[in-house]
Amino acid sequence: MTQERLPMPDLTCREMLLQMGPSHPAMHGTVKLDLRLDGESIVAVDTTIGFLHRGFEKMCENSTWNQCFPYADRLNYVSPAINGVGLALAIEKLLGIEIPERTKYIRVILSEIARIQDHLTAIAAAALELGGFTAMLWAVEARDYYYYMFEDVTGARVTLSYCRVGGVRNDLTPDFRQKFDHAARITEKLMVDIDRLLTRNRIFVDRMRDIGVMKAAEAIDWGFSGPCLRAAGVPYDVRKDDPYLVYDRVDFDVPIGDRGDNFDRYLVRMEEIRQSLRIIRQCFDQMPDGPVNHPDWQVTHPPKSEVYGTIEGMIAQFELVFRGPVVPPGEVFRSVEGGNGELGFYVVSDGSGRPYRLHVRPPCFAIMQALGDMLMGTMVADIIPTFDSINMIGGEIDR
Amino acid sequence: MLELVLIAFAKCVFLFLAFLLGGAAILSWVERKMSAVIQDRIGPNRAAVFGFTAFGLFHPIADGIKMLFKEDFVPARADKILFFFAPVLSFVPPLLAFMAIPFGPPVAGREWLMVSDSQMGLLFLLAVASIGVYGHTLAGWSSDNKFSLMGALRTSSQLFSYEVGLTLSLLGVFMVYGTIMPQAIIGGQSELMWGWLPRWGIVTQPLGFILFMLASIAETKRAPFDLPEADSELVAGYSTEYSSMRFAMFFLSEFVGILLVSAFGAVLFLGGWNIPFLAGDAWWVVLLQVGAFLAKVGALVYLQMLVRWTVPRMRFDQVIDFGWKYLIPFGLLNLLATAVVLAVWR
Repeated sequence: MTQERLPMPDLTCREMLLQMGPSHPAMHGTVKLDLRLDGESIVAVDTTIGFLHRGFEKMCENSTWNQCFPYADRLNYVSPAINGVGLALAIEKLLGIEIPERTKYIRVILSEIARIQDHLTAIAAAALELGGFTAMLWAVEARDYYYYMFEDVTGARVTLSYCRVGGVRNDLTPDFRQKFDHAARITEKLMVDIDRLLTRNRIFVDRMRDIGVMKAAEAIDWGFSGPCLRAAGVPYDVRKDDPYLVYDRVDFDVPIGDRGDNFDRYLVRMEEIRQSLRIIRQCFDQMPDGPVNHPDWQVTHPPKSEVYGTIEGMIAQFELVFRGPVVPPGEVFRSVEGGNGELGFYVVSDGSGRPYRLHVRPPCFAIMQALGDMLMGTMVADIIPTFDSINMIGGEIDR
Repeated sequence: MLELVLIAFAKCVFLFLAFLLGGAAILSWVERKMSAVIQDRIGPNRAAVFGFTAFGLFHPIADGIKMLFKEDFVPARADKILFFFAPVLSFVPPLLAFMAIPFGPPVAGREWLMVSDSQMGLLFLLAVASIGVYGHTLAGWSSDNKFSLMGALRTSSQLFSYEVGLTLSLLGVFMVYGTIMPQAIIGGQSELMWGWLPRWGIVTQPLGFILFMLASIAETKRAPFDLPEADSELVAGYSTEYSSMRFAMFFLSEFVGILLVSAFGAVLFLGGWNIPFLAGDAWWVVLLQVGAFLAKVGALVYLQMLVRWTVPRMRFDQVIDFGWKYLIPFGLLNLLATAVVLAVWR
């Protein structure tokens, strides 16, 4: 929203340089924005990333394939389950194995729960940065029930380390379905509350409408994906356009916006939470019983009774732990629909038990490049909702 | 003469210690508990004396002690003198303004429940309370921090804009009751219209009341007008560089400000200490009336807190737009309508 400038009297005016971040309450995920300001209007934005660089890709080269999963959880720490799923899918594509049906459903359920967590966090952050502390805590409350569910299954709330090459670590807990139903009921109730508090709130709409606009054509040029691209009106969703796991067997809609502004991104996220709940319910209904790990001991760990009882099991366990699962030489790219866009894993194997090269395509990296463009001509106060609505995650963008 | 001075001094001390500091401390507890209830949280409940937590009522005391023992940090390039005076300047005016607030009716022909019944009346309150803006502006200016500076600029432009709206919303009341003396205004409000309707300001000036509440929330710099200290973009606005008791003074001045506008609103629009259909000068009537005044103040505080924890923050230009394009025109309209009605009536 650029405002028409009034002719200025002949005063000595200077632009102000303001460094926002890396330690600034709103620059979560540690980025720095170098702002040139004319009063409160933004003249130029320079984005600096890299404060959270931990060498994920290099660390993976020195780890067995399975040891990469704990690192992957720390990529997008807002929707950690999706990272492991994406990495596992890439490795399995290179291995050329088909994982058990039940595991596919489990992975989809966990991915969608992670998506709900991600979107709830993004909505909460948007509300919080606009001073709507109440809506933020409601969203965080809803999110917490899913953390408890993850805790039951994996023992951790955020750093799950749940996926494995060829399967998952263990089956879901017996009461997972009941806990999900409970959490989903609370989520739906709180969604109604948040909806009533924000969606038609004049102040909220005024703050979000037509701010941080990114039109469809430009968004594609920048390499946008996920809710930010869909808010611009492009119905691109990896789950629909390149279905993986069981997304082609469940029925769900891809919400799109038309203006590509902060408010559309908010609405898209609200609707995607409802669609995710729909997907999870269908998955629970369709999910078959059965093993959760691939039967080949070259790839997955043998059951403990075999490890301690038979020499074959013992050797397979030893090989898997020390050498890692043998992945045939080659390179492969597999992307999944992450919380904030298309999360891609590019994997190169030289036939050993460790990745030769592992590259992540973080969705928010592409979106973050455009932040300067999206903010141009807006005001200082608009930085915060725009920055939040693209949902940049430091662990993912800096890796 | 000495007697008068001593009485005034005693009233000041009592007002300051019992009502303002106690009130501000309790208000900080109320705010935390109330936000907790709204947000599905438990709220403060940890500070205990001999294992007795009293619903977290000890937290304001614990906070005060903590503030006292914090490092008093002054930025190296700050303007030391202004940096020192800014919190004082923001804290003292709202306290002074309370001098014009009557807590109860005159007892035995004397204003025991009001510090000073000066001829300036409520104009004194308006004049003194608006000095507070200097404190915030100088705090931002002297800190040598760009975020503080922006917070200070926002404060001054916001407060100047809404001062006009606030005053305009009051002029109608002054016209209706024909005076600016608080006790006389309350006296006017104690009458009944058509024998049953209390002639409170909220009845005679409904639009004025709405405008007053809007402007007063902006004057106390709370959501949705809390952009001078918008914690998301400006860290903490003008008080970014402040710590220890100096920060506590800003913190307290905010709560004293809330009490002030609530008391002001109660005097002008809710009949002050007046309880309809109850008059007389028996001691229990006076006690009830003081209680009624405090209850009215509490109700307005409650309203402000409800707003604070419900709505998000507006943007700077939207706030100024709202002030100049809606609040002031409506204030003028209200003034005009009041004048016409009064001219026809009399």
